[in-house]
Amino acid sequence: MPPKYHIETRPVPNRLPPISRSGVVAWEEGCLKCARCVKKQCVYKVYETRKLDPSQMRESLDFACKDCFRCVQNCPKGLIHKTLDPKFLALGDQYWTGEIISRLWFQAETGRIPVSGAGYGGAFSGPGFDSMWTDMSEIVRPTRDGIHGREYISTSVDLGRKPMALCFGTQGELLSPTPPLMEIPIPVILDKLPWSPLSKGIPQAILAAARALGTLAVTGPGVWEPEMEPSKEAALWSLGQHSEELPWWLAQGLHLVELEDGPGVLENQARLKDFNPEIIVMIRIQLGDESGRRTLELARAGAEIIHLKADPWGRHRGESPRFVLQAVREIHFHMVEAGLRDALTLVAGGGVAMAEHMCKLIIAGADAVSVDVPLLVAMECRVCRRCQDGLACPAGLEDVEPRWGAARIRNLISAWHNQLLEIMGAMGMRDVRRLRGEMGRAMFFEDLEREFFSSLGRRV
Amino acid sequence: MADRSNGFLFPGVRRAPSRFRNPLAQYRLSIGQDCDNCGLCVQLCPHGVFLPGARKPRLSSPQMCAGADCGFEDYCCVGRCPKRAISLKPNPSFELLGDLRWTAELLASTWHMAETGEIPHQGWNYRTGASGGGFDKLRLLFPPRKGLYFNEKDISLSISLNRTGDGRPQIEIPVPFYLGGMSYGSISIHAMLSRVRAASCWGTFCCTGEGGYPDELIPYDEHVITQVATGLFGVREETIQRVRIVEFKYAQGAKPGLGGHLLGDKVTPSVARMREAVAGSALFSPFPFHSVYSVEDHKKHIDWIKQVNPRALVAVKVSTPTDVDMVAVGSFFAGAHIIQLDGSYGGTGAAPEIAKKNIAMPIEYAVPKVHRFLTNEGIRDKITLIASGGIRTPHDMAKIIALGADGVCLGTADLVALECVRCHNCESGRGCARGIATTDPELTGLIQPDWGTQRIVNMYSAWMKVLRSILKRLGMKSVRELVGRWDALVHLDHLQPEGIQGELEA
Repeated sequence: MPPKYHIETRPVPNRLPPISRSGVVAWEEGCLKCARCVKKQCVYKVYETRKLDPSQMRESLDFACKDCFRCVQNCPKGLIHKTLDPKFLALGDQYWTGEIISRLWFQAETGRIPVSGAGYGGAFSGPGFDSMWTDMSEIVRPTRDGIHGREYISTSVDLGRKPMALCFGTQGELLSPTPPLMEIPIPVILDKLPWSPLSKGIPQAILAAARALGTLAVTGPGVWEPEMEPSKEAALWSLGQHSEELPWWLAQGLHLVELEDGPGVLENQARLKDFNPEIIVMIRIQLGDESGRRTLELARAGAEIIHLKADPWGRHRGESPRFVLQAVREIHFHMVEAGLRDALTLVAGGGVAMAEHMCKLIIAGADAVSVDVPLLVAMECRVCRRCQDGLACPAGLEDVEPRWGAARIRNLISAWHNQLLEIMGAMGMRDVRRLRGEMGRAMFFEDLEREFFSSLGRRV
Repeated sequence: MADRSNGFLFPGVRRAPSRFRNPLAQYRLSIGQDCDNCGLCVQLCPHGVFLPGARKPRLSSPQMCAGADCGFEDYCCVGRCPKRAISLKPNPSFELLGDLRWTAELLASTWHMAETGEIPHQGWNYRTGASGGGFDKLRLLFPPRKGLYFNEKDISLSISLNRTGDGRPQIEIPVPFYLGGMSYGSISIHAMLSRVRAASCWGTFCCTGEGGYPDELIPYDEHVITQVATGLFGVREETIQRVRIVEFKYAQGAKPGLGGHLLGDKVTPSVARMREAVAGSALFSPFPFHSVYSVEDHKKHIDWIKQVNPRALVAVKVSTPTDVDMVAVGSFFAGAHIIQLDGSYGGTGAAPEIAKKNIAMPIEYAVPKVHRFLTNEGIRDKITLIASGGIRTPHDMAKIIALGADGVCLGTADLVALECVRCHNCESGRGCARGIATTDPELTGLIQPDWGTQRIVNMYSAWMKVLRSILKRLGMKSVRELVGRWDALVHLDHLQPEGIQGELEA
């Protein structure tokens, strides 16, 4: 058994006051100046630590308040109220909601799993990832207690091509070639960002985090800085469509290189292999109508890793729009039918915003997922995308200190890792490699709805 | 006329107002300087919003105000005030209450029922939430009037908890619900007492949860279900022998497949004593029972309890995996009397959000799945099927029974009756700031058990009235007739108006 994978976490404070859903409005006018003011009785002591943040003109208690309504309900003159914070509503967009962003901030700050009481208060189901539930085990099947460390759950995955059979000589010697294979301890790679303010600190933070996590970060010629040299082993060099651009000084130490799909991509792969046979090549395909066919074609022709990437909202390009989850599920099935699924590695990404999305993409058939926007959110990005228009970042991401950023990303991925353990433990799984494509252990909204509700209110 | 069901006298309703100075109301009323204290508003308002005051009327119960709905009535205070001194504005804090499952209107409605024992008149939606699926998209379908005229009070609401015919006591409860397990430690002793006493008033049961059996509950032994869960906290032969029903908790809906976790802060000396543990250190209740990996092991467990307490019925609480039907049938053959399916919308205590949202199927699918399977196996009438984890209203209760449950198990609704605002911070620091889910002595004192008991009694009083009126409109004289009547339900996403006959619930 490999040594137990553990991510070091520590609280890494926010630089800015976080934006919370609601604020407190307390009027002074009419105040009776009670000796036992309700503000002094606050269970969470928010009024004691309250101070005005001059840069934001905001009371700090807005985010410390936990919405218990005690002060609202006990002030004799009814002078305290709670109101929705418009800043919270303005966070992100329909997909990257304020709830998602603030939970990512929490995980990046603390390294802890979001935990709450009083049951689930959200929507019944939803589009995309929310149309799927995962299984659990009880009585008739064992579970695994991974999170409390009593049982070991492996989250390691292999990147690379696997021979489907081995040939041995008469002396028992191995005759078939063994392509290079890399094992990463979590099924996550850190991808390049769809948008980002110009900053030297951001790519450095991401690469340093990848190194600390034992995984890889997609990086490339545009962002490389000499400061990143110590984390070189974690670099997944992105070459676009041109293999010639790989600098010789880098090629020797690299494990993985990413090529954009395009005509001649396999020739480029071969050229890289000539240069250094130990390099594993990942081919990045923008998810679209043709990506299923193309994946199969590349798999037959000897591709090692295919990286299926949707846009940051999980959408797939083309005539018949699909969500990344459905698209990956279909491609996985195609590959299984063609008898090629185990030959190569599928990495999927785009729209992965929460730990559960990672788990669900793996269940849908990906070996590993690629994460992008959450890495920025870990560093306090608000998903306003002003940087795309060249405007200044409201969260000051231009000046991110790489060590701070790396620690935040590490915290976030650690919380995701623990959530993966929760999901797998509940299913009774010991190895994330076995979670891949386990659709029999997932439940889909459409199927359940059809089975139980579609006849209600119809003449049958 | 006495309110009876099968001879059981329903407990009385007494007004139990909010324990806080300012009830959370939808509207903010104010009386301006022009008021000459004529007292007309006090006289006019049928909802008792105002009380006479020295200089001007007192706004004693703003939560009773029907707001804009009142505007067309001739008793509307805003319109009738001779001095035009009364103004009405929406209360900004009200908007912030609740979540998609428990909307602000649903919370306010529940508080209203707990205060008065009546259905709210404020025009709130007290039937459904806004989760966009399941219960919130299901509607009851009432058949065209068949001229069935009978008194609502003759409608029986009782259900049987032992249908196995195994010679153990035939326990019937006069209402189709009992109260679910919330441990001492996850909720305060006062909240626990309120629930157990309310259960005893209703002639039903309340489960202790996995946190021991506090001595304070001994007077109510006949109405207690004690829980045996994986941590075996506070489980002793003597506690098993005290009760009429013992519950095995295999899993819970809020964290299916995961263990329980009581944070160190909540393990006060009294909790530690009860659970035979060390104060201040977090307590894990592991998952699963490491002695149970098959139906045979499960039977061994049930036999153990039956041996220790020869008069007890055994309930089995499970969550909702893909093969929940197999789990249910296994429990039946292992000898359980009651199988409780727990969905993920309930529960106190800390649970990972990823688990609550994603693991295991919604209870609205699990109940029909199990009902259909047990029916096909020919054993449906030999076991009592209880649904829990997300039953918020009497309408949810009717819907889940129509989907195939015999009755329901409730918990969160009780906490809302005790003025839970669903801030979801049950687990943090000293615990619930509202004195419900806490063991902090000062916070515990925020609830008096007499008040709490009455609030819960009142709420279920309103629920039972609603349930009876639903049954009456369905032309049913007993709640047992409703079990598995899928034809009494429509789903708004699948409804074909021309395909149905009868009247749709509002």
